[in-house]
Amino acid sequence: MTTDTLPVLTKKDFQTDQEVRWCPGCGDYAILAAVQAVFPELGIPREKFVVVSGIGCSSRFPYYMNTYGFHSIHGRAPAVATGIKIANPELDVWVATGDGDALAIGGNHTIHALRRNVGVKVLLFNNRIYGLTKGQYSPTSEFHKKTKSTPYGSPDRPFNPVSLAIGAESTFVARSVDVFQQHLKDTLKHAAAHKGSAFIEILQNCNIFNDGAWTTLTEKDARSEKIIQLEHGKPLVFGKNRDKGIRRLPDGDIEVVTLGGDITEKDLIVHNAHHPRPSYAFLLSHMEHRPGFPTPIGVLRAWDDLPRYEDVMNEQVQEVIAKKGPGDLASLLRSGDTWEVK
Amino acid sequence: MSTLAETPISKAKREVIEQAVIRFAGDSGDGMQITGSQFTNTVALYGNDIATFPDYPAEIRAPAGTLPGVSGYQLHFSSSDVHTPGDLVDVLIAMNPAALKMNLADLKPNGILIVNQDSFKENDLRKAQMSANPLEDHSLDKYRLFSVEAQRLTRNALQHLGIDAKAMDRCKNFFALGMCYWLYNRSMDPTFRWIDDKFSKKPLIAEANKLALKAGYSYCEATEAFQVSYEIPPARLEKGIYRSLSGNQAVALGFVTAAQKAGLTLFLGSYPITPASDILHELSQYKDFGVLTFQAEDEIAAITSSIGASYAGALAITTTSGPGMALKTEALGLAVMTELPLVIVDVQRGGPSTGLPTKTEQADLLQALFGRNSEAPIPVLAASTPSDCFWVVVEACRIALKYMVPVIVLTDGYLANGAEPWRIPTLDEIPAFPAAHAKNPEGFLPYKRDPQTLARPWAIPGTPGLEHRIGGIEKQDGTGNVNYEPLNHENMVRIRAAKVAGVVQDIPDAVPVGDPDGDLLIVAWGSTSGSITAALNGRRAKGLPGRIGHLHLRHLNPLPANLGEVLKRYKKILVPELNMGQLIWVLRAKYLVDAIGMNKIQGRPFMQNELEVKIEELIGK
Ligand SMILES: Cc1ncc(C[n+]2csc(CCOP(=O)(O)OP(=O)(O)O)c2C)c(N)n1
Ligand code: SF4
Ligand SMILES: [Mg+2]
Repeated sequence: MTTDTLPVLTKKDFQTDQEVRWCPGCGDYAILAAVQAVFPELGIPREKFVVVSGIGCSSRFPYYMNTYGFHSIHGRAPAVATGIKIANPELDVWVATGDGDALAIGGNHTIHALRRNVGVKVLLFNNRIYGLTKGQYSPTSEFHKKTKSTPYGSPDRPFNPVSLAIGAESTFVARSVDVFQQHLKDTLKHAAAHKGSAFIEILQNCNIFNDGAWTTLTEKDARSEKIIQLEHGKPLVFGKNRDKGIRRLPDGDIEVVTLGGDITEKDLIVHNAHHPRPSYAFLLSHMEHRPGFPTPIGVLRAWDDLPRYEDVMNEQVQEVIAKKGPGDLASLLRSGDTWEVK
Repeated sequence: MSTLAETPISKAKREVIEQAVIRFAGDSGDGMQITGSQFTNTVALYGNDIATFPDYPAEIRAPAGTLPGVSGYQLHFSSSDVHTPGDLVDVLIAMNPAALKMNLADLKPNGILIVNQDSFKENDLRKAQMSANPLEDHSLDKYRLFSVEAQRLTRNALQHLGIDAKAMDRCKNFFALGMCYWLYNRSMDPTFRWIDDKFSKKPLIAEANKLALKAGYSYCEATEAFQVSYEIPPARLEKGIYRSLSGNQAVALGFVTAAQKAGLTLFLGSYPITPASDILHELSQYKDFGVLTFQAEDEIAAITSSIGASYAGALAITTTSGPGMALKTEALGLAVMTELPLVIVDVQRGGPSTGLPTKTEQADLLQALFGRNSEAPIPVLAASTPSDCFWVVVEACRIALKYMVPVIVLTDGYLANGAEPWRIPTLDEIPAFPAAHAKNPEGFLPYKRDPQTLARPWAIPGTPGLEHRIGGIEKQDGTGNVNYEPLNHENMVRIRAAKVAGVVQDIPDAVPVGDPDGDLLIVAWGSTSGSITAALNGRRAKGLPGRIGHLHLRHLNPLPANLGEVLKRYKKILVPELNMGQLIWVLRAKYLVDAIGMNKIQGRPFMQNELEVKIEELIGK
């Protein structure tokens, strides 16, 4: 690619003339702003971007991005994106989806796109609620949560989206938060650099139907105690005074320890996002469900050694052509036993 | 090869006849489909016209020897035109009692019945729920019964190879095939070639099959089991190079051809389902043609990935059967709304739900025409014979690209698996329809329409300056921007309808075969074409009176422009369908004609005789 001849793109180049119709104060604005800020920095011509979505508030995203965009049907964005990628692997395809879109109606397509390692970036806007249909619980809503459709509390146990993605062996799995602009942009850039499938859960507030969806984590006071920021090559430290860490136990499990005395950073796990096996990332993704453990944000897994699905598929075609030569239609029609009527 | 190619020449009395219908029946583990297709290939190569009817159970292996496990393959071959696999059979090969029980009713009186005597032991009879041995109780006296120890004789012939009994027994179908080759004076060479090819890595198995085939042939030669053998001269078909072609193969070849004629990459998104899976299997072989086949996680992903591929500029298709069609419903609406080219093939089978997965039916017509939420018209085409599937698919692709619409092609299980000789067209017999992706940003609007076809431009990602958004939400004409205004919606609904209705400019006027006006018009569609033609030919041969026309509709939406006028030219209209009456429903609603239905819902095609009886009932003898 001749990067040097590329026109310099700015945030403005990625904005459309369409009025943005999310509720004022919705977390989706912040995500849009971050994506529009990051895309011009990627060195990719604008016409190569395709943003695909399903249905939901979050899925309105493509209308506000001045790229190629496809607002498809509920849950099917990963499948639409897979078709686009196979037909043209050169395109930079991003999926914008919601917790209902990606994990309820489209759960099947999500896991299959990830396990195939299709080179698409999936941005899951997780507001733990169905926004567009006005407030029913979603597959990420908390157990016992009261919503319009669960007046007595939700009987469902929620999915942990990053655990699910790691379980599907997605080669890139990360989490960020709408209100952490810089962190979000950095995470998007990491994802953009990843060749295989990338899955980013973005914790998002729906101030209309689930206000404060994530405040227990994002409140200024709670932040550093409740959240651990993962950085590849750095020890797992958190806490207001950076005085807590995660340590391995002899049986392979992990524990939270307080630094000081005998325990130093040397005893802590050094984050390795590039581990080829998903088990470590899964362990991290799941720790937030245990008392006293923090919720990880940042890149949990970024292992890019697997060929992309669309490349495998197109290479197969090229290999066969190299071996057999390009197909000749006349002889294909005549293949098998033929006879002549004179 | 050369020594094997020498086929002994039979010296028994030879009778020249015009046509025959033969059915191979046995357990689904007996290789009846292979046996039947080998016989078919051989007679087709010889130059007979053919029609086949493979009929197999839904279960891969029902318990061996039982009634539900019976698999059959029927072939009609002739020195004149063949339109159906035949109602009744001249020769029945029954490899076990269950096969005999399930098929005997279709054998003509005095027909030839070949049975494998070794599988008529007490246990075999019990599995077929038979109390007496029909080989011994004279119940088969009205047939020419040839009870042959096919298993023992096969084992004898293969003994020296040192393979186990099971492997030897697997060859007994070829013993029966050898007998049939003798009976109809056919060369074993094509089957020898097939065996060599199929078992090239297993020479011992190849040898065993060849020996079994020869043993069956020699058995007839040596024992003079049959007093006569038959000769069916080649048919007088149109000049050209021919091959035998099944409907599913034809669909696959049609798509590869269409992609080349359009200058596009072919993308298939599909999920396996009987009887459509073979299209996926075929197309996945054609990588040298750049064909991309994606086996999706379900039918919804199959069609939505195809929609994505279409958006990205490929000739995108999806293939399925009824239950899969139901799953694609919502996405079909998306294709209508985004006005992207897409071809959907529905190989219909018996339903509803899982229904009769391996049997044929025509009951998805209304689903194809109307089975979507809201106003979502789609052009619908139907193939009438196995090889016609090729031409219908090519036409469907041309329409989809020209009008930027999804197009549904209906075939069915009978067409999909049935085969007929196909005169292979030369490439210039098929007009090219090069597709053009939009390039010019000047004045570009995603929903700006071609005044003639109402098609919107096909602007694909990667093209500088044409960035735009599409989706399932109602849009403003021209700009494609989201728009909920009442009048805009009505306008858009009408435009989408007018665009599909406008496809009629590509559809030739309806011209009935036979009498252009008169007593009776038979209007039908799809795979019933052969049976209807055969019935009308049958009537004509008998010199029966009446002015009858036959109109077989290939275009079911839109219908030919002159159809209403044609319907008025006849006193009565008969609509035979393998459903409860779906085309008739459309004709009555649209043209206010008092058409008469004829409906069969048995998972089987019409018999020629059934149709003849119905016609007689309507217009007399
Ligand atoms: C087939 C289908 N079923 C149901 C709906 C209704 N529907 C639209 S969006 C939605 C849920 C959206 O929730 P989520 O994906 O979390 O997106 P959010 O609005 O919260 O961003 C539902 C149920 C639909 N559009 N299509
Ligand atoms: S309903 Fe919630 S998610 Fe939807 S736009 Fe409003 S605030 Fe955002
Ligand atoms: Mg949501």
